[in-house]
Formats: sequence, C-alpha cells, structure tokens
Amino acid sequence: MSENVKISIKHLYKIFGETPQLALKQVYNGMGKPELLETYNHVLGLQDINVDMKEGEITVIMGLSGSGKSTLIRHLNRLIEPTAGKIIVDGENVLKKDENELRRLRQEGMSMVFQKFALLPHRTVLENAGMSMDVRGFTTRDYEKEALYWLDRVGLKGNENQFPHQLSGGMQQRVGIARALVSNAPIMLMDEAFSALDPLIRSDMQDLLLQLQEELKKTIVFITHDLDEALKLADHLVILKEGGVVQQGDPQDILLNPNDPYIVDFISDINRARVLRVRSVMDPQMPEGDHYAGDITEDENLESVLSRSEGDTNLDYRVIGGDGDPVGTLHMKDLAKALVPTAASEERDQTL
Amino acid sequence: MATYDFVFSTLGLKEWCGSSQSSAPTSMAQLLSKTKGEEATETSLWELPFPSMDALNKACPAFPQSRDLTRGLEQGFLAIKDTLSVVLDPITQPLSWFLDGALYGMLNTPWWIIIPILLAVVFVVTKSWKLVGFVAGSIFLLAFIDHYSYAMQTLSIIFVCALICVLVGVPIGIAMSRSDLMQRMTIPVLDMLQTLPPFVYLIPLIFLFSVTESKLYGIAIILYAIVPVIRLTNLGIRLVDKDVIEAADAFGMTPRQKLYKVQIPLALPNIMAGVNQTIMMSLAMVVIASLVSAPGLGVLVLRGIRNLELGVGLVSGLGIVILAVILDRVTKASLARINAAQSQ
Ligand SMILES: Nc1ncnc2c1ncn2[C@@H]1O[C@H](COP(=O)(O)OP(=O)(O)O)[C@@H](O)[C@H]1O
Ligand SMILES: [Mg+2]
Repeated sequence: MSENVKISIKHLYKIFGETPQLALKQVYNGMGKPELLETYNHVLGLQDINVDMKEGEITVIMGLSGSGKSTLIRHLNRLIEPTAGKIIVDGENVLKKDENELRRLRQEGMSMVFQKFALLPHRTVLENAGMSMDVRGFTTRDYEKEALYWLDRVGLKGNENQFPHQLSGGMQQRVGIARALVSNAPIMLMDEAFSALDPLIRSDMQDLLLQLQEELKKTIVFITHDLDEALKLADHLVILKEGGVVQQGDPQDILLNPNDPYIVDFISDINRARVLRVRSVMDPQMPEGDHYAGDITEDENLESVLSRSEGDTNLDYRVIGGDGDPVGTLHMKDLAKALVPTAASEERDQTL
Repeated sequence: MATYDFVFSTLGLKEWCGSSQSSAPTSMAQLLSKTKGEEATETSLWELPFPSMDALNKACPAFPQSRDLTRGLEQGFLAIKDTLSVVLDPITQPLSWFLDGALYGMLNTPWWIIIPILLAVVFVVTKSWKLVGFVAGSIFLLAFIDHYSYAMQTLSIIFVCALICVLVGVPIGIAMSRSDLMQRMTIPVLDMLQTLPPFVYLIPLIFLFSVTESKLYGIAIILYAIVPVIRLTNLGIRLVDKDVIEAADAFGMTPRQKLYKVQIPLALPNIMAGVNQTIMMSLAMVVIASLVSAPGLGVLVLRGIRNLELGVGLVSGLGIVILAVILDRVTKASLARINAAQSQ
C-alpha cells in the first residue's frame, strides 16, 4: 500500500446561511454551532476539518446523523461549495478548478455511490451501469462489454436488461457500485451506501466492497453512522461531531484510546474481542526462548485468541507478522485488559 | 348640492371643479332628475352613496366619471391597435396557415384514408386494440349521422392548437423550472389566463385581427389551453428526485445532458398529464370559438342555440362528448404507458 496522500482537506469550513463570510468571522473567534444558530441564524456545517486520505485506503467518516458527514463528502467533488479552506486532490486544489476542469474531475476522477441509490428509473440496469460513459459521450455499444463485466463482478449477471424498479434494494445498490466502477475513477465516494439495506445484505455488500478493494486499490471515502461497519471497512477512521473532527486515526487506536466522551459512547457497546486485533495489543518484545504457548498472526482478532487459550490469562503467544517473521508477544493479561470497556472505566473515573 | 361637495371644498379644489365644465355627456340619471326638477336635498346617512367616481363627479363636474375609464381604455387600445397589429400580424400569420392547411388536408383527404391513419395513431400511442376499437366505433357513429366533416374540423383545430401549445408551453415550463424569478413572473400571467372567462379575451382579439382569419380563434384557443402544459412541465421538472439530480451532477453531466437525459424523461408523466389537460381545454374552447368563426361541431351547437333547433344542438353536443371521451381516453392511455415504464 503506497503512502501517497491522494486527498488532503485543509482547514475546511462550511456555513449554511445568508452571509456565511460574516458568520465565519464569528466562528474564527470561537463561536460554536448552537450559539451561531441562535444569534446569527446560520448553520455551522463543518468547522476546521483537516484530513489526509491516503491512496488505496478506505477512509471511513463516522458520526451521528446531522454531524456533517454528507456535507463533508460533497465538498470533495464540490457538489457543495466551501466557505473557507482547501481541498487538494492529486496535488491540485479542487476549488481552483473552472467548470470544465471540475466536470472532468467528476467524470473521470471521482465516482459516487448514494444512500438512496439514485439510479435513473427510465434506463435499464446496463445503461445505468454505463452512465458515466454515456455522460462522456460513449454509446451503449462502446461501454457494453465493460459494463457487463462489472455487473457480473457485483453479482448481477443476467439482470442487465431489467429496470431498477424490478430489483431489490440490495441489487439496486449493486448497480450503484457497478456504475461507480465502470467510470474507472481512482476515487470512490460512498455516502451511507449501505445504510438503507437490511443487516444481512449490508454485511454481504461490505464483504463485496472489501473483496473488490483488495484487487482494485481505489481510494475510497466511505461514510457511515454505524460503528461496526466503520470498524470492518476502515483503514483510517475519522469521527465527526457537530461539524468538527473529534478524533481520527487507526480504528484500533481509537478503540483503545478514545479521547472524547462522544466516542466512548459510540464504542461502549461493541464486541471488542471481535474488533480488536492482536497487533493492537501485543508487546513488540520477542518472547524469550520458547516460553510461549503457540503462534498467532497479528491480524487475528482477540476473540479467536481467547477461544484458543480457553480463557487462561497466564499464557503468552508469539505473534507472527504478515511476512511470516515473528514480530512480538501477546500477553493474555494485556488482552484481558484491552477487553475492559472504556466506557465503564473512564466514566467512573470522571464521576468519582 | 351633492353629498361629496365638502371633499372638494375642504381640499380647496372648488375652483378647479367649477372652471372646467364636465366634458362627459350627462348621464341618464342626471337627465331624469333635471326633468323632474328635483331639488338636490341633503341625503340622510342611510342613503349615503359610496364615494365612487360617479358620485364624486356629481359634486365636481371636473372629476371623471367611471364610463370615462372604460372609454379611455377603449381609446387607448384603439390607439395602439394599429401598431400592435403591424407586429402581431406577421408573427401570427403562420398559425392561420397551419389551421387552414390542417382543415383543408383533413377535409379533402377521403375518409377511408383519414380514419385508418387516425386509428394507427391511436394504436401507436396506446398499444391497445380495445381503444382502437372504441375510437373506430365512435368515428363511424359520428360519420353515420353525417357529422364526420364537422368532427374532423374540430379535431384538426385541436391538433394544431394543442401541438403549438406543447411546442411553446414545454420550453416556457422548463425556463420556469430553472429560475425562480421566471416562475414568480409567469405564475400571475398563467393565473389570469386560467381565470379570465374565455369570452373576455375574445374581445380584444376581435379588435386586433379580422374575424375572417383563422388565427383569431387559434390564438384564443392557445391562450386558454396552454396553461396546464406550462404549469405541469414546471412542476414535473421541479419534482424530479433530488437524489437523481445529485447523481447526475456527481457524474459530471452538463446542464444540457441533465435536462435531456434526466429531467425531461423523469418529468414526462407530469408533462403528459399537462398535455392531456391542454387537449381537453382546447376542445372546450373550440366550441366557444365558433362564436368567432371557428368551424366544427361548435357551429352546430351555436345554430342550435340561435335558432332554437333543439335536435341539432343535442346531437352536436353528443358529438363533442364523443370527441372528448376519445381524446381523454387516448391521452390517458399513453400517459399510463409512460407511467408504467418508469414506475419506481
Ligand atoms: N442546505 C443546507 N442548509 C442549511 N443547513 C444545512 C444544509 N445542508 C445541511 N445542513 C445542516 O448541516 C448539518 C449537517 O448535515 P449533513 O451533512 O446532512 O449531516 P449527516 O450527513 O452527517 O447526517 C445539519 O445540521 C444540517 O441541518
Ligand atoms: Mg447524510
């Protein structure tokens, strides 16, 4: 995975209202969202967002509804104009682009998948999948092969001549994903792409996305309000609250060291054993000699280690890295500590 | 002494009133009161007249009477009439040609060509044999009672006028949907066109164009019938799913691509509903327009009224009902086909 920063958001502000520039001054002076709404009747959509999104990674933006997720993702292709700040894609400031350059970026540089699918109801599945090609002036015949290939990849072989209303929600969103893939854009924006789907189908779609990503290595910006989904998909997790970033980083780090009660609330009732991985809680020191109970891999989750150890907290395991070499030791005591919910410990500390 | 003398005396306008004598001819009421030699007595509060133009004119002859207003309007209209016709005549001339051409073509082509063509059109837009059968039966019935040419005259006028309504109305509706300012300016005009009794705009049209020209009734019908197609085009485009519009933007469509590939197709059910109403309103108006020489079934209705020929009036009325049912069924059926094709 390369470490190139593909999308860089710098000091991004968005204020909804009549005179955003005036309201911006108040925000620079430290006024918060509720106060701004009350005294100036402006909505603070985003404040001082700084996020770097790396090439080939899935960056997940998570927050409660109304926290500004959709607003943020729509800035990347400028469906919404910012009030202040910079958005740099491939070293170029998106905000400096004129109409034609922007259209090119949208046609070739970024594709988008929507929560409510947003397919064209009067076009067939095939034509919907090829929408980006159609926009660029290609005919159905030109893009048919490409579109059929991707429809097949997302599991819609044989549905190409149906209309969207003949498909279930999950299948419609598969068309949405195929549409994004046919455009062959290196960046994929997904705004709550799976939130409208049933849990089982949602899980299938997440697996599909991960499987495609394994091979395609796109830069994906994925929005969700669901922590389990975020943890499953994220290489980089950004947590939004009232238009500001409260914490961002490796999802495992955030789980182990949440820096805000808002996040603690979020993570308080997830199954930590299933989400946390060995590498996040291991000790980088190699075990001495052969005083260890066995080998485990660094990407295994704690649940499987727990069942292997049969609950014995006195054991140590040797951890094997991705390339087959040992990289450290997992002490079962550390594992047990990591499983203590942060909510319980921290909140009690604070209230005492 | 008139009731409102005091208004002018307190305003110090007595002199202005007295110095210039009313140029308006005396009204009937004034004449009557003069001949009766009635004294203008102090009126009681109960009989206090509304301070209308006529009442004020009584107190001050220099004040205009309300009939001066209507006369002024009339003179104003007559004054600009000539320049207006110089501009409007050439612009609207093609309408006369279309109407005359359609009427000529429809009446001079033998019935055994026209009827199959009509039925073919019905089949193409509705894909329903049942409806084709119904239309065939209706037309044969009309032809059998010797109302064929009247019905065809009415139909050709409706075709021409409805077509022009669509050609003009859809772009206006699109412009309205794109600009709120345009919408704010257009809606009052549409409201006025829709609420004015159709007889009222026949009046200035009669002055502008000669009654022998077909464009006179053509314009009257178009003005009356164009409203729904404009309104529903505007509404239809504004109601297009915001998410789909956003997707179109996100994939980099130009405004033009968005219009033709997304907005119009998705607004089509509404636009077609507007076309249906436009056609029905054309039919209603084509009957009224027979007052200004529009040919067709309306002429027979008019004859029925003028000469109290009950049978003629009733039979031609029935003919109009039959046409209305045909037009409504056919446009509704094609609308249903569009709806079915893109139900979400
Ligand atoms: N066009 C707009 N005008 C005013 N306020 C808006 C507009 N769009 C979004 N907002 C506000 O911005 C905030 C963030 O909205 P959004 O980005 O849709 O949140 P999310 O996608 O996280 O649910 C909300 O408080 C919302 O009310
Ligand atoms: Mg949202």
